[in-house]
Amino acid sequence: MWEILDLELIASGLRLSTPLILAALGGMFSERAGVVNIALDGIMIFGAFTGAVVAYETANPWYGLLAAMALGGLVAHIHGIASIRYQADQVVSGTAINLLAIGVPAVLSNALYNSTTVTPNIQLMLPIIHIPIISSIPILGTLLGKYSILVFFAFAMVPLSWFVIQKTSFGLRLRAVGENPEAAETAGINVYLMRYYAVWISGLLAGLGGAFLSIAHGSSYVNNISAGRGFIALAALIFGRYTPKLTLVGCMIFGIADAFQIRVQGVIPIPVQFIQMFPYVLTMIVLAGLMGRAHVPAADGIPYAQAK
Amino acid sequence: MFAVRLKQITKRFAQTLANDAVDINIRQETIHAIIGENGAGKTTIMEILYGFYQADAGEIELFGEKKEIANPQDAIDNGIGMVHQHFMLIPPMTVTENIILGLEPISRSGILQLVQAEERIRTLSDEYGLEIDPQAKVEDLSVGLQQRVEILKALYRDAEILILDEPTAVLTPLEVKEFFQILRRLKSQGKTIVIITHKLEEVLEISDDVTVMRNGKKVGELPTKDASANILANMMVGREVLFSLSKNDVTPGNTTLKVENLSVTVNDKPRLKNVSFELKEGEILGIAGVEGNGQTELVEILTGLLKLDTGTVWYLGEDITNLSARKIREKRIAHIPADRKAHGFLSTYTNAENQILGFHYREPFCRPNGFLNFPNIRENAKNLLKKFDVRPPLPDLQTGTLSGGNQQKLIVAREFSRHPRLLIIAQPTRGIDIGAIEFIHQQILDLRTEKVAVLLISAELEEIRSLSDRTLVMFEGEIAGEVSAATFDMEKVGMMMTGHR
Ligand SMILES: Nc1ncnc2c1ncn2[C@@H]1O[C@H](COP(=O)(O)OP(=O)(O)OP(=O)(O)O)[C@@H](O)[C@H]1O
Ligand SMILES: [Mg+2]
Repeated sequence: MWEILDLELIASGLRLSTPLILAALGGMFSERAGVVNIALDGIMIFGAFTGAVVAYETANPWYGLLAAMALGGLVAHIHGIASIRYQADQVVSGTAINLLAIGVPAVLSNALYNSTTVTPNIQLMLPIIHIPIISSIPILGTLLGKYSILVFFAFAMVPLSWFVIQKTSFGLRLRAVGENPEAAETAGINVYLMRYYAVWISGLLAGLGGAFLSIAHGSSYVNNISAGRGFIALAALIFGRYTPKLTLVGCMIFGIADAFQIRVQGVIPIPVQFIQMFPYVLTMIVLAGLMGRAHVPAADGIPYAQAK
Repeated sequence: MFAVRLKQITKRFAQTLANDAVDINIRQETIHAIIGENGAGKTTIMEILYGFYQADAGEIELFGEKKEIANPQDAIDNGIGMVHQHFMLIPPMTVTENIILGLEPISRSGILQLVQAEERIRTLSDEYGLEIDPQAKVEDLSVGLQQRVEILKALYRDAEILILDEPTAVLTPLEVKEFFQILRRLKSQGKTIVIITHKLEEVLEISDDVTVMRNGKKVGELPTKDASANILANMMVGREVLFSLSKNDVTPGNTTLKVENLSVTVNDKPRLKNVSFELKEGEILGIAGVEGNGQTELVEILTGLLKLDTGTVWYLGEDITNLSARKIREKRIAHIPADRKAHGFLSTYTNAENQILGFHYREPFCRPNGFLNFPNIRENAKNLLKKFDVRPPLPDLQTGTLSGGNQQKLIVAREFSRHPRLLIIAQPTRGIDIGAIEFIHQQILDLRTEKVAVLLISAELEEIRSLSDRTLVMFEGEIAGEVSAATFDMEKVGMMMTGHR
């Protein structure tokens, strides 16, 4: 059975970590600004559904992609209104969105396509990029050779996010409202607006992560398409101590474990259900064991009331 | 020429009239002190000037021009800077990041220009003698240095008017000296400074003019040269204040607390090294020392918040080493913590709820069936709030909205109400007005008369001197020396506190 531990496993692991990376980076923006976003999973589902529907109806996956991001941003905005403007409990508001994400796509897909569980296959998937020279080199070719464009985008977002958060004034302000919103306000920063920006970014990225599942990795929306990946992304984010680099590691651990799980199905004599549990159990072990003391943004999850 | 004129400023919070038609005139290039009891409205009126709160009525004039200040940004744009009672800093960030926040120098592509900012901060720091390293993380700085970061923050924004809310409350005597030098320097360079403080000797030393507030109103404004401690105290409190305590003779009884060879290491740093002492009934034992020399750890060990590495704690002949906080409280050991916000109360709880913390699971506050007995809880609060003069005396008010001094009185009320046999009290009068200080000091002395043993931890030498029967000086986790009330010498103790024997 050891022949499954090959480079192809890594490659497929990288693919499977892509939606996690997108969602986790989204979550990072939001949490660094002090808004807990456990709605990532729901936003991914909305993104996957919208992406599939628009890509199918327009026969253009790019429109699907844009629509998924837009809807992700919109759903996140709802979370923002509840938790920023009305200072609702952020976990409750996020949970509400996750619950909506179970029902709404099913209802809509039933109305549109007479099926509560799947949408029609899209005609065109997002392009796969073959890097010309590298894809013909033996080992590198397998590792880096051909991925959906979104995979490259997700990995590029890691250093980019780091840069934005650490090196720009936007990032400085974002961190400030997540650590001490009162201090930020006395420095003349609009705390609510910064938090909205952060939540919007999380929505755009999580929506994109969802779209990856339905129009890049797969070719339609199916029921339970996220399989809890939004939560895994949160776990990776916590594992990664709210920093892009370590979060990437967390996402890749899960992605590779997931790829492994898929490949051993049927190879080793264990019921499939248990094999499928493997990445999730691994996540729990990693979270519990390797966590260490992370610096959680001091104001994370705490609604801020502006003075009057 | 007036830098600031506040005219008829009025501000009401739900139940309280915090400012009632207050006029304050602040001359340019002067240091203007604002004093008044806890809850008098000093912070509120300055927060209005800084745009953090909006006045319900009244006008603000800056350098002769009427201004609308709708938010802190407006204030900053008008050259006003403020250092808050609770610092507005972000501990995990660097000094530079904290200072430039909201006013970041960026390149055309939006990238932070940290190097240039650091340069400018270094220049400012040198110009005013602040000695701050722009690359240090704020969480690694002492409180005194953090305060300078706050001042730098204002200077970086070209503040002409600097508001300082109780800046000296957290400083050591030496730091206060340096701090005043900085203020004089700022003044000589043309800045106008407003300083809120409870310490009259500081008002007399540093200010040019002084405004006195009471109950939301201004009760007086006068040049400092016409003032004296007595005049000011009288105006503040509305009655005579005794500056010296009457301490009657109490013969210490049996040993209440005895600690032997306490040692503890926190985060790989030895914090207490072989500390031993005894404390008797009816005795006040002072622990003097600059904060951070092991006092916190000592208190936490005695109150069950920190486990000892080695050593023994004896209480009334019983070994109570490493007992839990609840067990220790049940033995009638009361604790008034140094950091009241963090360890003394819950700001979102009501006064009545905070008044029973630690006793909440017992009669008369809890019924045998496990439900809280709210009538008793409110009744208890009503009595204590009145007895300890907590203002406003409302059981259902959130404690977080009380002024600092009143929060402290609330804690004192709770701890004293359970008839302790040992009182551990740290920085009891930090940020508290003279009336309340007098009150709390008197309460401590009354406990002593009732033969309670008191361990008093304070960074204020004057407080230690006037209350303690004996004083231990702590330095770097060790007892650096012991003096009795008779041989107490400020100078000598001050030296011991900084490691000179
Ligand atoms: N945000 C708020 N909500 C409700 N009441 C408030 C609020 N801020 C202040 N108050 C009340 O307004 C009054 C004035 O408070 P303020 O903080 O200005 O007093 P202070 O003079 O600064 O007192 P201290 O010396 O203790 O700092 C107090 O009675 C206080 O309880
Ligand atoms: Mg105040």
